[in-house]
Amino acid sequence: MTQNRSWIPYLLILPTVFFLGLLFIAPLVQTIWLAVSDNGMPSLANMRTMMIDINFGRSILNTFLLTLVVVPVQIAMALAMGTMVSKVNGGRETILWIWTIPLGISDLAAGMVWLSILQNTGYLNTLLFSMGLIERQTAWLTYQTPVALFVGIAVAEIWRGTAIVMIIIVAGLNQVPKEFKEAAEIFGASPWTRFTRITLPLIRPALQSALILRTVLAFEVFAVVYALGGRNFPVLVGEAYNWQNQNQNYSVAAAYAVLIMVISLIATLFYLKVIKVDPERLP
Amino acid sequence: MANIVIDSIRKDFGTFQALKEVSLTINDGEFVSLLGPSGCGKTTLLRIIAGLETGTSGDISVDGRSIVGLPPKDRGLAMVFQNYAVFPHMTVYENVAFGLRMQKADEARVKKQVEKAAALLHIEPNLGRYPNKLSGGQRQRVAVARALAVEPRVLLMDEPLSNLDALLRLEMRTELKTVLQAAGTTTIYVTHDQTEAMGLSDRIAVVHDGRIEQVGTPVEVYNHPATRFVGSFIGNPPMNFISMPVTAGHVAIGTKRFAVPAGSGDTILLGLRGETVERAPHGQGLEMQVRVAEPMGSHLLLTGSILGQAARVILPATETVRNGEMIGLTLDAKRLTWLSPDSGISYPAAA
Ligand SMILES: Nc1ncnc2c1ncn2[C@@H]1O[C@H](COP(=O)(O)OP(=O)(O)OP(=O)(O)O)[C@@H](O)[C@H]1O
Ligand SMILES: [Mg+2]
Repeated sequence: MTQNRSWIPYLLILPTVFFLGLLFIAPLVQTIWLAVSDNGMPSLANMRTMMIDINFGRSILNTFLLTLVVVPVQIAMALAMGTMVSKVNGGRETILWIWTIPLGISDLAAGMVWLSILQNTGYLNTLLFSMGLIERQTAWLTYQTPVALFVGIAVAEIWRGTAIVMIIIVAGLNQVPKEFKEAAEIFGASPWTRFTRITLPLIRPALQSALILRTVLAFEVFAVVYALGGRNFPVLVGEAYNWQNQNQNYSVAAAYAVLIMVISLIATLFYLKVIKVDPERLP
Repeated sequence: MANIVIDSIRKDFGTFQALKEVSLTINDGEFVSLLGPSGCGKTTLLRIIAGLETGTSGDISVDGRSIVGLPPKDRGLAMVFQNYAVFPHMTVYENVAFGLRMQKADEARVKKQVEKAAALLHIEPNLGRYPNKLSGGQRQRVAVARALAVEPRVLLMDEPLSNLDALLRLEMRTELKTVLQAAGTTTIYVTHDQTEAMGLSDRIAVVHDGRIEQVGTPVEVYNHPATRFVGSFIGNPPMNFISMPVTAGHVAIGTKRFAVPAGSGDTILLGLRGETVERAPHGQGLEMQVRVAEPMGSHLLLTGSILGQAARVILPATETVRNGEMIGLTLDAKRLTWLSPDSGISYPAAA
């Protein structure tokens, strides 16, 4: 009976395949074609235009630097937060809820929030001034203060994107039965050893998912950067946006889009290879 | 050296009292079983001793020093968890070696201890495998090996053999006892299997409903149960309880009169072990209406009623009894237990 109905699963997934094809694969193919063609002929001209542009090197550097700083800090913070929240009994949900508030804020709004803190007339300057630490309003977000600008953007990104990592990590931590940690404790493992030798290996799948998701999102960083730094801090998506809107050059914008996609795919592959998840070694 | 004194330990989970004033002394090198039905608080007591749970009140001391408040690792004990807690991401070898690694033992000692424990529990062929590929019984033996490998002063075991087949369980039981005795390990062993407790223990603590009802050697607990619960929980078939009228401090059974302990009222509860009776000559002794007679090979199991109350007794295999027959039983006054029908507590055995 199951044999002569083998077409049913295909029928059921057909709509999703159809819409995915329509709304994702087709534009993807189009974008790639746009990037590697010129007047309907295959060409690397767009790639060349992208690469010789003055902002290209800086946007790659900035994007990678931001990713390298933001992602590890977020993973570390999420692990610390997840571990702490697993220790509390009452009010656990409330704490998690408060921690996830930044998730509900769009990234442009998040950028605005931090702009209101860091801009010349912002809360930070007001605070520093009232404490007598600065004499007059100080600019933090200009091209003359690249370090402050970078730190400001990194902090805003960390604030905005840690919750999603934490949710994945907390889900992973919940999967680890407490007896494993208790057994390790009985046999003399210190809290740190329990964390590194028991908890971390057992939440590998969650860690892998969080890293992939967070890294891919980090390469796509845009709105927060745009709100805080404008064009003072070029990043890859920002450049794509500029080529598309300011320069009206869809082909170079497409070249950026393809570049971002390739980087994301490589990063994902990297995590899949480096953090191997062997189902045989999971609880 | 490890003398453990458990003093009036209580444990409340919210309004639920899991342990109600439990006291127990375990001598150095002794093997004590906590025996009781599911949910009576055995695991909770073990976890409090291990330091994984804090008692609501009461004290536990080892060799005269209170260990309340000490973290588990400073209590010098090892534990076998009821659900094994074998680390899934480590090979069996690394699991067994875990405690030694935490003690920073050198590689030679780790190897020696792991191999010794693995040999004892017959898990050598699995040392290189991951626990997920093992059966429940094999995992359980890994958990026991992990605990034995560190040669602890005190070993806590929570139903460590429950998942093994009958034959292997018997074998493990004997080997475990031999090893622990040789090492002089003080052992607290949780089980709800009475034959396991009887066979292994120096003493048994029978736990019921968050209380220890009786502590004693297997023979004491079997022959002189302190409460009705203990009598019915230990022994197969369980002890028979027959309510009898008392006249002038005596109970009349057949043509004989048995003196009952002073202080009993109009009725008393007779605790009768099924195998302590003999068949009486026709028309004498305690009458039993046999409903079913089952020849078991080694003995004859009779199920029926005595004085209208359900009873099970055992006669030698050489006897023949027909279903529905009425037979007489001779009782041995020294092997009877008398209990208060109200409290279910037994009167002290006559000297
Ligand atoms: N963390 C907890 N919170 C609330 N109640 C608990 C908790 N741990 C145990 N209990 C309750 O305490 C009682 C005793 O539990 P415990 O696990 O000690 O039983 P046990 O004797 O080991 O039973 P079993 O033979 O089934 O393992 C049970 O009624 C259980 O529901
Ligand atoms: Mg239990």
